[in-house]
Amino acid sequence: MKLWIKPTVFVLCLVPSAWLVFALLTDRLGANPIEALTRETGEWTLRLLLLTLCMTPLRKAAGWGWPIRLRRMLGLFAFFYVCIHLSTYLWLDQFFDWGEIGRDILKRPFITVGMLAFVLLVPLAVTSTNAMMRRLGRNWTRLHRLAYVVPALGVLHFWWLVKADVREPLVYALLFVLLMLLRWKPVTLRFGRGLRSDRVSDRGQISNLSP
Amino acid sequence: MPLIRTTSDIQPSEITPESVYRERRRFMQAGLALSGAALLGGMSSAQASTVTLKGLTRSPLSTDEAQTEYKDVTGYNNFYEFGTGKEDPAANAHTLRTSPWSVTIEGECAKPGTYTLEDILKPHAFEERIYRLRCVEGWSMVIPWIGFPLADLIKRFEPTGNARFVEFETLHDPEQMSGQRWPVLQWPYVEGLRMDEAMHPLTLMAVGLYGAALPKQNGAPIRLVVPWKYGFKSIKSIVKIRFVEQQPVSAWMRATPEEYGFYSNVNPEVAHPRWSQSTERRIGDFLKRKTLMFNGYADQVASLYTGMDLRKNY
Ligand code: HEM
Repeated sequence: MKLWIKPTVFVLCLVPSAWLVFALLTDRLGANPIEALTRETGEWTLRLLLLTLCMTPLRKAAGWGWPIRLRRMLGLFAFFYVCIHLSTYLWLDQFFDWGEIGRDILKRPFITVGMLAFVLLVPLAVTSTNAMMRRLGRNWTRLHRLAYVVPALGVLHFWWLVKADVREPLVYALLFVLLMLLRWKPVTLRFGRGLRSDRVSDRGQISNLSP
Repeated sequence: MPLIRTTSDIQPSEITPESVYRERRRFMQAGLALSGAALLGGMSSAQASTVTLKGLTRSPLSTDEAQTEYKDVTGYNNFYEFGTGKEDPAANAHTLRTSPWSVTIEGECAKPGTYTLEDILKPHAFEERIYRLRCVEGWSMVIPWIGFPLADLIKRFEPTGNARFVEFETLHDPEQMSGQRWPVLQWPYVEGLRMDEAMHPLTLMAVGLYGAALPKQNGAPIRLVVPWKYGFKSIKSIVKIRFVEQQPVSAWMRATPEEYGFYSNVNPEVAHPRWSQSTERRIGDFLKRKTLMFNGYADQVASLYTGMDLRKNY
């Protein structure tokens, strides 16, 4: 992997959170800053989860090795954002009113699903180290299939919380479906081969043109 | 509001007047040239600004709670006709043409017809009413409206004995209302009140806020304000008022009947199917507060609903 890629992505992933802290402290989040904070961190969690799912298709399609090495970092950043998201809810939204929080989790389907997504993300974050990977062996791969379940729950969570306008969650749902399709054998075979042979023929053309 | 400022540090009442004053001046300079004429019929905009500011009496039905800042009242709105984001209406509502404007009166009444806004407004004296507004989403504001009782308007058109409900409609024109180009709701927006709710002294036809004409994103040129019901009942930019016998089906009832009923009274005990209604965040406050029955207007309106199961009639 090119040396600069990983640090660059690391910094890029921090930008939204830095902006949010700055905006919060300087009154730039509008009339309802706590709602804005919840929404922004929720969306960034979902974006990062989907971005994580882009890495494998990207590697297969382009033949690059580096996307796979970003996967863990992107996943951990998704976890980072969901932690802020959840804390905002627990603290700034409910002020640790555990009775109310419990009722919310049991009775509000969108919260139930969000909470489930968070709970499933915790073991993924905990077992993301190399040592854990080695220790768990084949079970690690099995466990980390949850990386497909969590974004699906995230999309559902978003879908269920909007009042009428489902356009935004729909976009995320379609992206998720697309990313899953790219993992479907018939598609991978064609997509992967197609792109790679394009690259080869590109190179061929370029070398034909060059003197 | 910066997070680090807490309610106990700075009372909203300490900071509101100054900023309100500034905002109000800015608003009048920028906005009244456009809206003053529409607000007060034939009056020139210069006259309008002094009249609306000085000639207003404050209704005793007003609350003396700290008012929500002008920038929030006009910058954080639900008005799906201009987009579903809270900042969308302020950004997109400039395409609305509020003058000329007319309102059609229909149905069970002696004087149906299409009236110009000037005709609608002429006989009424405006007053300032400072009301709490509670959104179904769990936030609230305190807004100094300008308007007149809906009851006074209704009486002029002499509804018949069959008029048991009043139905209202918002303008439907996707050219002017960009949000209507997408069927988020079934357009036009429709709302309704039972006749006794419509005739209640708290029910207001609003034409302004903060001492000047209604900004477009707040439902110019004329809107309803029913302070004991969730905000979406207070329909904006009204073009039609119909007296009917059957209970109207509102836009939100049509969209999700299991979540929105006809009455939609503020009620901390009846949760929205997807979230609790027991607390609310007053815009500008850090801590949430308890939501009050009928949004704190129970003394005045609870009697309208005696004997009704408010869980069923949500
Ligand atoms: C992986 C887990 C999660 C993901 C991907 C996620 C994602 C999202 C997204 C995309 C939104 C909507 C943002 C918008 O409206 O623009 C949202 C809103 C929200 N989420 Fe989550 N979320 C997750 C977990 C949770 C958890 C655990 C809770 C609390 C128990 C929670 C509570 C909320 C709340 C209260 C809202 C705001 C609703 C509103 O403003 O109307 N979420 N989340």
